Amino acid sequence: MVSIARTPHPREKRLIFKNVDRPGYTPDIDCYLADGGYEELKKAVSMPPPDIVAEVKASGLRGRGGAGFPCGAKWGFIKPEETKPVYLICNADESEPGTFKDRYIIHQDPHQLVEGMIIACYAVKARLAYIYIRGEFPLGAKILEQALAEARAHNFLGKDILGSGFDLEIYVHRGAGAYICGEETGLIESLEGKRAYPRIKPPYFPAVLGLYMSPTIVNNVETLCNVKHILRMGGAEYAKMGRPNNTGTRVLCVSGDVQRPGYFELEVGGITMGELIYDVCGGLKPGRKLKAVIPGGSSAKVLRAGERYKMKSKQPDGSMAEREIGLEEIPMDFDSLAAVGSMAGSGGVIVMDDTRDMVWTLNNINEFYAHESCGQCTPCREGSLWMMKMTTRMLQGGGVSSDPDTLKSVADNIAGRTICAFGEACAWPTQSFIAKFRDEFSGLAERNGRMTNNGAPHTESHP
Amino acid sequence: MMEIPPELAVRIDEVISHYPVSKRSASMPLLHLFQEKFGHITDEAVLWIAQKLELEPINVLELVTFYPMFRREPVGRCHVRVCRTLSCAMAGGYELLDAFCKHADIQPHAEGHGGHLLKSADGRYSVEFVECLASCGTGPVCMIEDDFYEAVSLAEVPQLLQKYA
Ligand SMILES: Cc1cc2nc3c(=O)[nH]c(=O)nc-3n(C[C@H](O)[C@H](O)[C@H](O)COP(=O)(O)O)c2cc1C
Ligand code: SF4
Ligand code: FES
Repeated sequence: MVSIARTPHPREKRLIFKNVDRPGYTPDIDCYLADGGYEELKKAVSMPPPDIVAEVKASGLRGRGGAGFPCGAKWGFIKPEETKPVYLICNADESEPGTFKDRYIIHQDPHQLVEGMIIACYAVKARLAYIYIRGEFPLGAKILEQALAEARAHNFLGKDILGSGFDLEIYVHRGAGAYICGEETGLIESLEGKRAYPRIKPPYFPAVLGLYMSPTIVNNVETLCNVKHILRMGGAEYAKMGRPNNTGTRVLCVSGDVQRPGYFELEVGGITMGELIYDVCGGLKPGRKLKAVIPGGSSAKVLRAGERYKMKSKQPDGSMAEREIGLEEIPMDFDSLAAVGSMAGSGGVIVMDDTRDMVWTLNNINEFYAHESCGQCTPCREGSLWMMKMTTRMLQGGGVSSDPDTLKSVADNIAGRTICAFGEACAWPTQSFIAKFRDEFSGLAERNGRMTNNGAPHTESHP
Repeated sequence: MMEIPPELAVRIDEVISHYPVSKRSASMPLLHLFQEKFGHITDEAVLWIAQKLELEPINVLELVTFYPMFRREPVGRCHVRVCRTLSCAMAGGYELLDAFCKHADIQPHAEGHGGHLLKSADGRYSVEFVECLASCGTGPVCMIEDDFYEAVSLAEVPQLLQKYA
């Protein structure tokens, strides 16, 4: 992989990305071992598994894949007396637009992930695990296979790991270009050798009826990497990083119209949107103004510059106070981004300046979802395509004044009526772009109307 | 029945052993192995895999038609995948696709790019749009064969194509 190396920003706190772009650091096990690698595994196999689950619960770690579900609680769904086999799957599908963090862990520090996975498997008593990696990471898959072989050679994997009596095998499974494999039940179907059609919940919660209808834990790459740091620091100590209910560090991926895009590992909520954009990413390009930010991968609802949000916060005396903040003041954590009506999602922050046309932007997003809908549910299959066709027509000069309302009604009729959260993921962009940039959507209709009357259709070419 | 080279047969058996609970799980890995070896998935390959895994052929074929990376026709000898998604598009992904087409002597479709595979008449090159390749901070990005390139400038395109000629 040709990769653009960078030095960490002074505001970063690198835990998970400690070895990313570190000079002289290689993916070999020797390099990892020389750096204290697999010490946490040695510690883990001397602990009773429920104690590890308890540490992860105490850490407050929330999933880094998108939904932010508490990791310890998820593991706790697996009962210690479970009689069915338990499986663990690492979600390395990294395909939410705007997200680029797991890629670097996989390519540059694979053993951190492998160690985290082995500890997680020991904690939930999984004896067979898979890393589901997106098909477009062929080199990443090779690196992981090599790392697993090295771990096996050191008896960190295989039979009777480090004399503990615990057996475990981990294999790499490659996807083949479908975004829906990132959704955990779609992923499970795919791993069973089928089309990645998500399963309906209830009853098919992975922790109950997952892979091969057995209890299964699915965790994101970054989530699993956190596990070894939690064991090293202790759950309570880990929980001191970040903010209450939003603990630890998180890798934020910034792309779009900033001077210095990239990945930045920061304490969760330790930075505001404004500090991220202006201090860490060097601000916007000269002469440009901030227009909009999508804060958590392309499914997250867009935020408009100049918007004001009411935020409730707990005061030191325990009472609740409300204050009004702007986009730049939003702390980058799960709860704050949810409070302003969007989500922290996958950590992918996409920044747009005032040269961007919101119809063009939404159309690009709509094309993605129209292409990626698995097609099981009518509202999603038809609606995602319909929204895409409408925004495309608007760009080509055929906008009509009813478009914003029609778009909104199509989106409103998808969300909440589908098997999986892709329904929301494809509806939220349209709902939020229309709500926040309505003028542009209706304005385009008027502008285009005039242009088509002149016989000169409006065509978009951006940038 | 299709001729399977011995080294491929060894890899197939190895891969199947990764799925002790259900052989069916090996169908995607086997499709990857076949596509790597033969460039695309033929009807014969579908039948062979189905027989090997004790499945109906449709169980294998429906994967080929569902997963975008599997293809039923050959691509060019050098295959280029350009990211189409938002951050790359903002950084010039559409222009990058056009540049690859121009220098590879490919006629882009008159309308849109909609995920079609574009091929040069001489079969040397093929170009397609793919969705977000998880490197949005360094767009526009592309993959040429299995190699990955970031922040690709339009000026680099001719050399890149030359490198894989
Ligand atoms: C449409 C859709 C796509 C998703 N894509 C990914 C993905 O690429 N990577 C990921 O880790 N989680 C993804 N998720 C979230 C997973 O379903 C699941 O919640 C996550 O892997 C759980 O791991 P975590 O608790 O460690 O975050 C996606 C969810 C949806 C609905
Ligand atoms: S919501 Fe969309 S992606 Fe999810 S199962 Fe239904 S059709 Fe498939
Ligand atoms: S948008 Fe191109 S790599 Fe993500």
